[in-house]
Amino acid sequence: MFYREVGQFKTNYAADQAIFPIRQDRIGLALILLVAFIVIPLFGGEFLIASVMIPFLVLALAAIGLNILVGYTGLISLGAAAFMGVGAYACYKLSTIFPEVNIVVWIVASGFVSAAVGVLFGLPSLRIKGFYLAIATLAAQFFLQWCFQRVPWLYNYNTSGAIEVPTHTLFGVPVTGASATPVTRYYVVLTIVVGMTWVAANLVHGRIGRNWMAVRDMDIAAQLMGIRLLPAKLLAFAVSSFYVGVAGALMVFMWLGAAEPEAFNINQSFILLFMVIIGGLGSLIGSFLGAALIHILPIIVRMVPDALGIPIGAATVEHLTFIITGAMIIFFLVVEPHGLARLWAIAKQKLRVWPFPY
Amino acid sequence: MTQAAATPATARDAILTVNNIEVIYNHVILVLKGVSLTVPQGGIVALLGANGAGKTTTLKAISNLIRAERGEVTKGSIEFSGERVDRLRPDDLVRRGCIQVMEGRHCFGHLTIEENLMTGAFTRRDGRKAVASDLEQVYAFFPRLKQRRASLAGYTSGGEQQMCAIGRAMMSRPRMILLDEPSMGLAPQVVEEIFEIVRNLNTTSNVSFLLAEQNTNIALRYAHYGYILESGRIVLDGEAAALRENQDVKEFYLGVSGAERKSFREVKHYKRRKRWLA
Repeated sequence: MFYREVGQFKTNYAADQAIFPIRQDRIGLALILLVAFIVIPLFGGEFLIASVMIPFLVLALAAIGLNILVGYTGLISLGAAAFMGVGAYACYKLSTIFPEVNIVVWIVASGFVSAAVGVLFGLPSLRIKGFYLAIATLAAQFFLQWCFQRVPWLYNYNTSGAIEVPTHTLFGVPVTGASATPVTRYYVVLTIVVGMTWVAANLVHGRIGRNWMAVRDMDIAAQLMGIRLLPAKLLAFAVSSFYVGVAGALMVFMWLGAAEPEAFNINQSFILLFMVIIGGLGSLIGSFLGAALIHILPIIVRMVPDALGIPIGAATVEHLTFIITGAMIIFFLVVEPHGLARLWAIAKQKLRVWPFPY
Repeated sequence: MTQAAATPATARDAILTVNNIEVIYNHVILVLKGVSLTVPQGGIVALLGANGAGKTTTLKAISNLIRAERGEVTKGSIEFSGERVDRLRPDDLVRRGCIQVMEGRHCFGHLTIEENLMTGAFTRRDGRKAVASDLEQVYAFFPRLKQRRASLAGYTSGGEQQMCAIGRAMMSRPRMILLDEPSMGLAPQVVEEIFEIVRNLNTTSNVSFLLAEQNTNIALRYAHYGYILESGRIVLDGEAAALRENQDVKEFYLGVSGAERKSFREVKHYKRRKRWLA
């Protein structure tokens, strides 16, 4: 009823081709940003910020990265977690070699290291397609994880084999390490995620994004249209790995504080892939929805018995969480096989024409 | 032309009746705005119209493939030999004897022609012997397929693939075939050949056909009855012979004008003005 574009006339092409052509969408986005930047830090508890929002944003960023590769360019990757690891280890090495440089610079710079590694492992993608490419990216997953374990230089010869984040300050305020408050870390993560999402939105709606989607839908036709396949695919690998790498660096520096190579195992890769598939392939909002479903839903499910005052053992709750979350994922995919983003789009479309059926 | 096919069939001898169906794609796009048609037992009915008129959608609504493309029949009913079929799955319809040959052939590229044909007999329960004799019958209709029986379908010509697709449908022993654009991308000679075979199948095996076609000229020569679709509505129907003589059909689809033209410009003007649906 309130979601109508009646009376909103477009007078130029830019307005007509805007990513959010309807005023209500822009208002909604502004509200979400307002809540994220002001309401949550002001009124959110430490648990909400440190254990729900920061991981959610980090995972959403990684999902966006993977979505660029899998959803927009159609190249299946099973090595996303390894590229998160590349970002994390690169950030760790850079910040320990040059500790005086601003940590945010190194977080972003580690994305470039990850992008370079991504391009390297993306090289076979011109010849290998589909499931076979998935297997090739599996090689990246195992090789890189092996590096994190076996190359002591990467973890500064730490006897525990893990990387630990020292305290870094930004304008005199600690942003990493034990003394950084969750709110500070949240602001850093939120700013980076919002900025990079904005860049990604412009990327996928522009010429480069169209090239990627053309390659995804029919690579031979894309080639016939003059799109050079190798550069297009490698660029997708680079951008995707950049995003995933930054997300990895954020994960270690802003969320976990320390990490072992096991944090970047194939399980994590699969979880990222699930987020992208359940959220919706080829959709930025889908990446957020997918990350929310996979990360936040179990937290809510875990809290339900406590809230209702039902006495269940911790182990039972854990098992129930797995069962319920799994059932919900299947339920959502049955309702809408193209992911939550499609569900969202249909809901919006229905609202627009309500109360008429079409 | 048989007696049954000469008039729009009554409910008694109709094999397929479509009553005022409405189809919506993706919950919001209205494609068919009330289409009704009847295919008599043993008839060939042509569904004609321009691109986007709703021919393929009508066929897919009948065969229930529409749901795979996020479409939905929201109004009306479809009856196949007296039974409501609009809620059935596509494979159930094949078991009941109504099969679709899709636009663009869709042969299994990595199977040989013979293997392709054998996949058509998947729903058959009457034994190997009957299937083998039907295979021979299909080869009798399509001698070209017999020559190419061992080649991979992906490496045969477009005409052979279209024959393979029709032959494959025949292998299920259907009572009715929904044929979508058999002439697509084929040389005129091959089109003629395929339509000859369609007529042949119709007279010898008594298979009814509902065919969607762009090529109005040839479709009206082989069909008994025709429906013309425009923007999701049926705008004209009649016996094929009558449609062929209809001035409007001639003008819009056959590209010939009955009245003598004074100048080309005038004709263009007239064409722009006159449409069944504004």
